[in-house]
Amino acid sequence: MANTKDPFEFQEFEEAESLLEETRDATTINIDDVNEFRKQRRPGRDEVEEDLLANDDKAELLSGQKKNAPFWSFDYYQKFFDVDTYQVRSRIIGSVLPWRGKNFIDLYVRRNPDLYGPFWICATLVFAIAICGNLSKFLVNLGSPNYKYTAEFGKVTIAATVIYSYAWLVPLALWGFLLWRNSKVMNLVTYSFMEIVCAYGYSLSIYIPAVVLWIIPSEGLRWFSVVLALCLSGSVLLLTFWPAIKDDHIRVSIAFMSAIVVLNVLLAVGFKAYFFSSESPHQQTNNSSVVTLVQSKPHT
Amino acid sequence: MAEADGSSRAFLGLSDVSISADIPVEGDISMPPTSSSKDDGFSTLDEPVKDTVLRDLKAVGNKFVHVLYPKKSKALLRDWDLWGPLLLCVTLALLLQGGSVDSKDDGGPQFAEVFVIIWFGSLIITLNSKLLGGTISFFQSLCVLGYCIMPLTVAMVVCRIVLLGGSGTVSFVVRLVVVCASFGWSTFASTAFLADSQPQNRKALVVYPVFLFYFVIGWMILTFAPAQ
Repeated sequence: MANTKDPFEFQEFEEAESLLEETRDATTINIDDVNEFRKQRRPGRDEVEEDLLANDDKAELLSGQKKNAPFWSFDYYQKFFDVDTYQVRSRIIGSVLPWRGKNFIDLYVRRNPDLYGPFWICATLVFAIAICGNLSKFLVNLGSPNYKYTAEFGKVTIAATVIYSYAWLVPLALWGFLLWRNSKVMNLVTYSFMEIVCAYGYSLSIYIPAVVLWIIPSEGLRWFSVVLALCLSGSVLLLTFWPAIKDDHIRVSIAFMSAIVVLNVLLAVGFKAYFFSSESPHQQTNNSSVVTLVQSKPHT
Repeated sequence: MAEADGSSRAFLGLSDVSISADIPVEGDISMPPTSSSKDDGFSTLDEPVKDTVLRDLKAVGNKFVHVLYPKKSKALLRDWDLWGPLLLCVTLALLLQGGSVDSKDDGGPQFAEVFVIIWFGSLIITLNSKLLGGTISFFQSLCVLGYCIMPLTVAMVVCRIVLLGGSGTVSFVVRLVVVCASFGWSTFASTAFLADSQPQNRKALVVYPVFLFYFVIGWMILTFAPAQ
């Protein structure tokens, strides 16, 4: 409906809108439709009614609940980095001090698992092992003249593969196993995958000072620190996972716990054997001199 | 004449309107100088290549100076570019070659390994700071981290010169001091640029990976042993 008005007379805002719509060959609309249309096109207006009318799902998103973003988007991972410095510090300290009856996941991680700790503790451990292994080999071979120092950079990739697969594949296996048992036996305590990753990642933090101690080429000190680190991290892990499996059949529980312990032991001993091999050069030169003596004897 | 009178009578009221003397009528009717960016595009296409290259080189050099004297300035962040980091990365990777050639797999880092560590490391640190809620943009952070490798590259040059004179204990101590100083300088410079963009109670969480990154690069420089 064309409104023939004096062009110089001040027109109300809605009517101007409807005039514009008509010039664009839109279907005829009246004022109510224009109001609806205006509300839909401008949801950011301050009036509360229009917000409620406009985008209901937007209001739902902004209500403070965690957004269900798809896992390939940046926002999905941002909710795993929602930790402050003091929280990370308290989680690291909590992972090395096992306390009877206190569960690491319950106490520190519950409802807020983070990926910062596991990722950066693993990265630090990778470089710590490579550097300290290199240093210890250098110190062990310090006196011998035929030792040529090499940087052994290839060991970083090996260390990275081992540590990251331990910190991610073992939690995956444990989580899958717990999920399977949960379908058979009703458990009171269930852990999400991220919480298990968190527990394993933070439990590796005790190995960083242990690895630094292994530079000192004293065999007794090395074994002592291996055993100590094993006990601390192993007991934290056991105390954490016991509530999740204790309602199950006794054999299954024991198998589960011993699997955790065995994997932990394998990791620690494997590190020590591969990166900090302790055969001294004196033994090597003795062997070679014995061989040359034996060879030279038949000549005389 | 009558029409002229009539028309003049119509405009009679207007002649009474006097423009008061204290409101000077002035203006400039010349065209404003063209400042649109389209013209700028044309003008930089027409300029000689030497000017373009020198302008980019000056921007890169300006940022190097900012890294040498790190103050909290926004210039490094505002006009980011990745030429400087690329130059430094290639220089560092080339200088780290030529060590321990006799043992092939247990030698120093290969060219590709240095490249991957520097760029992948910068990428991971940038992602980390963005995930923790930093307000810095992706490429700005890459730019800052790359430019702050410069003290370590200078240390590498110094180390190679020192190693020309022999590789005894004295040279090791000198190299250790130089690498430690440049590592501290790099970390300090990058935190000076990056610190403002981080949320307050997570600064340590963001600074620690930067520290680890420069520590690893410093370690690679320190353990460089030339072929004998």
